[in-house]
Formats: sequence, C-alpha cells, structure tokens
Amino acid sequence: MTLRQLCTWLSALLCVLLLAMMFTLPRPAAAQERVETFGAGATRLILRSTTDIDIIEPVIARFAALNPDLSVLYEQWGSNNLYNNSRAACAGRAAPADAVLSSGAHQMVALVNAACAHPYHSPATAALPDQRRWRDELWGITEEPAVIIYNTEALAAEDVPRTRFALLDLMRKKPELLRSRIATYDIEDSGLGYLFAHADSLEATTFGAMLEAFSRVGAIATCCSLTIIEGVSEGRYHIAYNVLGSYAEARAAPNVGIILPEDYTLMMSRSLMIPRNAPHAEAAQRLLDFLLSPEAQGQLAELGLIAATDPAETSLLPSARRLIPLSPPLLLALDRSTRERLFRLWDEAFSPDAG
Amino acid sequence: MADPAPPPSALPPSLATRVLKAVLLILLAGALLVAGATLYNGRLAARQSYDRILLGAAQDIAASIRIQSGRPLVDMPVSAFELLAQAPEDRIHYAVRGPGGTLITGLDERDIAPPARGGGGGPEFFDDRLNGEPARFVRVTRRFAERDFSGGISITVGQTLRARQAMALGLTRDTLLPMLLAGLALLAMSWVVTRSALRPLEALSEDLAQRDPYDLTPVPTEGLPRELTVMLGAMNRFMGRLDRQMEGMRHLISDAAHQLRTPVAAIRVQAEAMQDQPDDTLRARSLARLLARTRSLGALLDQLLSRALVSHRGESAPRAPLDLREVALEVVERGDHELLAPEAELRLEIGEDPVMVRADAFSVGEAAKNLLVNALKHGAPPIAIGAERRGTEAALWVRDAGPGPAPGIAARLGQRFERSAASREDSAGLGLAIVASVAAAFGGRVALEYPEGGFRIALLLPAAPQEDAPE
Repeated sequence: MTLRQLCTWLSALLCVLLLAMMFTLPRPAAAQERVETFGAGATRLILRSTTDIDIIEPVIARFAALNPDLSVLYEQWGSNNLYNNSRAACAGRAAPADAVLSSGAHQMVALVNAACAHPYHSPATAALPDQRRWRDELWGITEEPAVIIYNTEALAAEDVPRTRFALLDLMRKKPELLRSRIATYDIEDSGLGYLFAHADSLEATTFGAMLEAFSRVGAIATCCSLTIIEGVSEGRYHIAYNVLGSYAEARAAPNVGIILPEDYTLMMSRSLMIPRNAPHAEAAQRLLDFLLSPEAQGQLAELGLIAATDPAETSLLPSARRLIPLSPPLLLALDRSTRERLFRLWDEAFSPDAG
Repeated sequence: MADPAPPPSALPPSLATRVLKAVLLILLAGALLVAGATLYNGRLAARQSYDRILLGAAQDIAASIRIQSGRPLVDMPVSAFELLAQAPEDRIHYAVRGPGGTLITGLDERDIAPPARGGGGGPEFFDDRLNGEPARFVRVTRRFAERDFSGGISITVGQTLRARQAMALGLTRDTLLPMLLAGLALLAMSWVVTRSALRPLEALSEDLAQRDPYDLTPVPTEGLPRELTVMLGAMNRFMGRLDRQMEGMRHLISDAAHQLRTPVAAIRVQAEAMQDQPDDTLRARSLARLLARTRSLGALLDQLLSRALVSHRGESAPRAPLDLREVALEVVERGDHELLAPEAELRLEIGEDPVMVRADAFSVGEAAKNLLVNALKHGAPPIAIGAERRGTEAALWVRDAGPGPAPGIAARLGQRFERSAASREDSAGLGLAIVASVAAAFGGRVALEYPEGGFRIALLLPAAPQEDAPE
C-alpha cells in the first residue's frame, strides 16, 4: 500500500465520520427565528414562544431576576412551526420545551385536546376567567385586539373606517385609492392570521363581503405583523386589516393610526401550556404564576399585550369585545375540511388573477 | 387455683342505648343503600344526558355532509362543537370516515371503532380510551346512494368523562345532603321517642332502687304500659304471698308466746305447790290437776301447729278436686271424737251426689276436725256432720242440739278474731280461727245457722263443677 493510497483511504474515512457526525449530532431546529438567554441560574427553562423577543423582553428579564436559580432560554418561533414542533415533542419525536407560549389559540387547544399538556392549579390560575382557561392545562396570559391600522397621511380623516362596514364602503367607493394598498396576514403562513380569519368567518356575514372586496381591490396577503406595520408606516399600504393591536401599538410610527372596529373587535389571548413531558415543569409553573401575577400583568398591560378594558379609554363598548375563548370549539379551526374551505375562499380572493 | 378476679365490669348497657344503637345501625345501613342507589342513578342520568349530547353532535356532523362531484364534503358545523362544549372541561374526539374507513376529516388518524356488532344501523355507543383517558363515544353512519357516490359515511364523536362524573357526583350530593339531614332528624326523633317510651321503666327502677328492702307493699301500677303491668302484677302477687307467710309466722310466734306462757306458768306453779305439799291426798289431787293441765296444753299445742300448717298450706299447697262427703266420712271414721267424748252420739248426713270443691284436703280435714271438736266440747248431743251442695257453694257443716256460742263469740266470728278468741287456754276460738283461715284461703266463708232446736256451723267453699268428680 502506498502513501497515496493511505491518504485516499484516510480522507474517505474522515468524510464518512464527518457525515455521520452531521446526522447524529443534535442540530438547532431550523424553524426557530431567534434565541435569547435571560438570567444565569443553574436550571435552564426552555420557553418556546411566538411573541417577539423585543416586545416581551422586560417581563422575561424580570422573571429571571426574581428567580436567580433559573435561566430562561427564550426561543422565538413562528406559530405553525411551533405547533408542529410541539406535536412532535408530544409524540416523543423532538425535545420538549418547558413551556410553550403561543398566539395560535386553536393550535394550543388542539395540543391540550391531544393530551400533550401537564395540568396545574394555583390561586392565580383559578382567578382567570373561564374563557382564558381550559382544563387547568391551558392559560390565556394576554388579551390583544385584532385591529385595523392605516397611514394617517394617506387617508383623509373622513375616510378613516371605524367599522368593517365603513371599510367595505370605502373599498367600494374609492377602489383606485386602495388598489394594492390593503394588506392582511397570509393565513397559510401565519397561524394567528388563520385564527383571526376563522373567527371572522364564524362571527359575521361581513366576512364573505370582505373577501370579495379584498379581491376587487387586489389586497395583499403577506407575512408577519412587523412587516405589515412597517409597510403602513412607510406608505406602501394605506390600510392593514386584522393586525395584532399590541404590535401596532409597540412599533407604530406616529403616522400609523389604530382602529378597534366598533362592530366587533376580536380579542386574542396568548396562551401558555406546560408540555406533558417538560423536563422542568416546576420551573414552568413558577413562570406561569409569575405571568399571571399582578406585577407581570401590569407590565404586560404597559407593553400593550393586555388591552385596556375601560370603554372610556378605548372607545370600545364591552359588548363589541369578542375574546376568542380557549375552549373545544376552537378545534373546528384545525378541522381539515374547514381549513380546506377557508383556504379555497382565501385563494379565490387573493389569487394573482383575481380582481 | 382460683381464676383471677374478673375486671370490674361497667354497668350493662341501658335499654335506651341498645335501642339507639339499633336505630343508628339501621339508619347507617339505609344510608349506604341509598347512597349506592343514588350514585347509580346519578351515573345513569349523567350518562343519558351526555350520550344525547354526543349523539346530537354526531348527527349535526352527519347532516352537514354532502356529496360534490363524487366526493364527500363536510361543512363541519360549529354547533356540533358548541354542543360538545356543554362539557367544557372534556377532551373531544371526532372522525368522519368514508367507505373503507378512509379518514375524510377528524382529529386523530387512529380509528376508534365500536366493538364489532351486527350492524343495526342505529347509533352505537361505546366506551374506549381517548389519549389515555376513559371516554365515551358514539358512532352514527349516514348512507348515501347518489349517482356518483354510494356507501356509508361513519361519524364517530367522543368525549372524556369529567362532566359526566361531575354531574353524577353533583346529583348524588344533592340527594344525599337532604337525606343526611333527614337521617339526623330521625335519629333525634328516635332518641326522644325512646326516652319517652322508657320513662315509666326508669321511674319504676328508680322507685325500686329507693325502696326499703323490708317493704312488701304492692308497687302501684296505674298509668304503666301493659307489659310492665304484667310484670309488676306477678311481682306484687309474689310479694303479697311473702307478706302473708311472714304474717302467719308472726302470728304463730305471738300466739305461741301468748297462749303457752300462761298454762306453762300454771303447771310450774302447781308442780312447785306439789313439791311443798306434805299431805298425800292433796298431792294426789294436785297431780290429777297437773295431768289435766298438761293434756290440755298438748291439745293447745296441736291446734297451734295445725293452724300454722293450715295457714302455710293455704298459701302454698296446690288445689286439687276434693269431695266434701269424703272429708266428713273420714272425720267420722277416724273416731277422734270417741276419745274426746266417748258417750256422745255422732251421725253422718251425706247425700248421693259428690260435693266437689277445689282445695287442699289436709286443710279442709283440719277445719272439719276442729268444727267437730268444738261441737263435742261446747255443744249438746246429738251431733251430726254432713256435706251438701247449696247452689254455687259447697257446705261442710256440723250441727248440735245446743244453743250455739254466746252472742259475743258469734259476733267475733266474722272478724279477725283468732287472737282475742284464743286468749283463753282452752278456747273454741282457736279452732274456729283455723276454720276461718281455711275459708279465707280457698275463697269461702264460715256461716253460723240456727235451725229449729239447735246450732249449725258450716264451712262454705265455692263449688267446683261436677266434671272434677272422680270416676
């Protein structure tokens, strides 16, 4: 055997080893968007969340400060990816988190229904209203409205739509002003967008008219709250429909106006679940109790993650608040045939050749 | 060796405690039965109500299925989910499957199917587990026969059991709470009733506990329950007998003391006088008197003992059928009178028919003997003895030709005269006392009669029916 042959052999062996390492070593999941660590405690609590780190950071930092024995690994995920990851973890096909905080309420209800959650009961959870709690396994932490935002420079004051009917009228009267200037979530990409569309489809007959009007004016379905808000601020869009009010509040430039629709305003509750096989369930329970404590709720309200309930402050009648309850009927949102129907309607409205 | 002394036992449990214990036991057993039945009923009711909800949801879904271009489509109705949300804390399962079991829509790939049965076509309810939790399911099948689609589409809807269990428990609790209160009320009432029912008994036992052990007077029985009256009656009869026997004994002792002291003293005085008597003729006379006195003392003793015996037997001897004619005959045949008065003529006057009474033969014989001895001593011959029946009474009588006893003695015959009458050493009183006490012992009486040319004294006893007569 020559030296050259040996070299070839060795390099081939190395290649095989490297390949094997690539497949066997744990790799960071490709789906998570950002990761941040809070605190330096020995026990590492993994929190998988759909909430933007930049927004919720003060609350998590405060929790880490109050619990020096813990460190919080905050992973930011997209809601559909987080749902798929949690299902895989529930089935034992992925490493489970210690707590999952998601805006996709229907996905969280489905996870609880599939017995993926760990029950917990404390005075703080017992104080939650029924709509924000299911089976002592799922707890609504926040209350955030779905709002209409608009560019104050592009829209005259009398054109500002306070209700869905006003928006429909505006789209009918001034289609040229709004052509390709209306944005909303792409429901296939965003679990939250799908949830809002689903709730709208159950809530009112305006949903069909709205899709039709969107189709006429060539509305844009796109991804991600922050992109949409920036687009409105920059003037790319004049109006955005069903944007998460908390993000709009936190990120909006002064030229972005926020409307809580007066016919009804959907309220979404970010919900927390402790996976059944969470390695640090006890730490997760402390996090839950902290998030429900008056201090954290106050912080969340300041951050805009809990909408004020006072009608004087919000110009919204209590009867117009529609909190999407954490309860079994949300499972309908995940039903295969329901999704197919909604997606079909959506595709008809937003397909390139529409309008 | 001797057994160790038994530990000082507590008082035996009172009647009230026993009754209350029994009542408590009955109530507890009843409560257990009722609780079991209520739980069963509650579960049944909960099962029925929630089964209907399941069925309603399944039928809602079944109704929403339509066939479009050869393909089944489900417009999943939100109402079905809202129905299922009537059990807000329960997990849900649903699946719509086409022919061959292909999943059209549903939450779970896993096919949860009812145990195989003859396809009846109706809804099938069954129990299974849902994600590790016990759950209840229903499967309904809707059959399609369209131009482009034919076959059955099955809808399976299931739910975990939390709401059912909560409802069953709630129903049971709602039923048991009033039952518990009723049970307590019953217990309190039975306490009151038992106490009031047992109050006479308690009063009685307190009365008996405080009673003088020598007090043999009857215990009052007014106002007492029947059961107690029977018991107290028996006790009172027993105490009465005891009292009469004590009385008889006292009489015997006092009679003996009273009647024997004088003659014995007289005999002693005469014997002492004889001792000092130098004159032989006088001494012989004294000796004769002494002999007469001792004989008379013997007769007195006889009578005392006979009276004591009669009064004892009157209390204790069994009553047997007795023919008074035989008593009279026996007295005559024994011939005691020939010793007492050899010269007297004695006639027996009895009839053909038996004269039956129920009495003690010895006592009645003693009475007859005493009647005869009295007549021999105090009456005048000819003397006759006889027995006859007078209506409901049977008479044993002795008749003589004398005038009868002095009115003073006759007057005392109806009273308790024996002691005063017997105060004389050789009196007829003691004999008559025996007769009187026999009469009293067997429910009869003594009658003094004054027929033409004579005096008749009769012991009258209640007549026994003729059937008692010996064959």
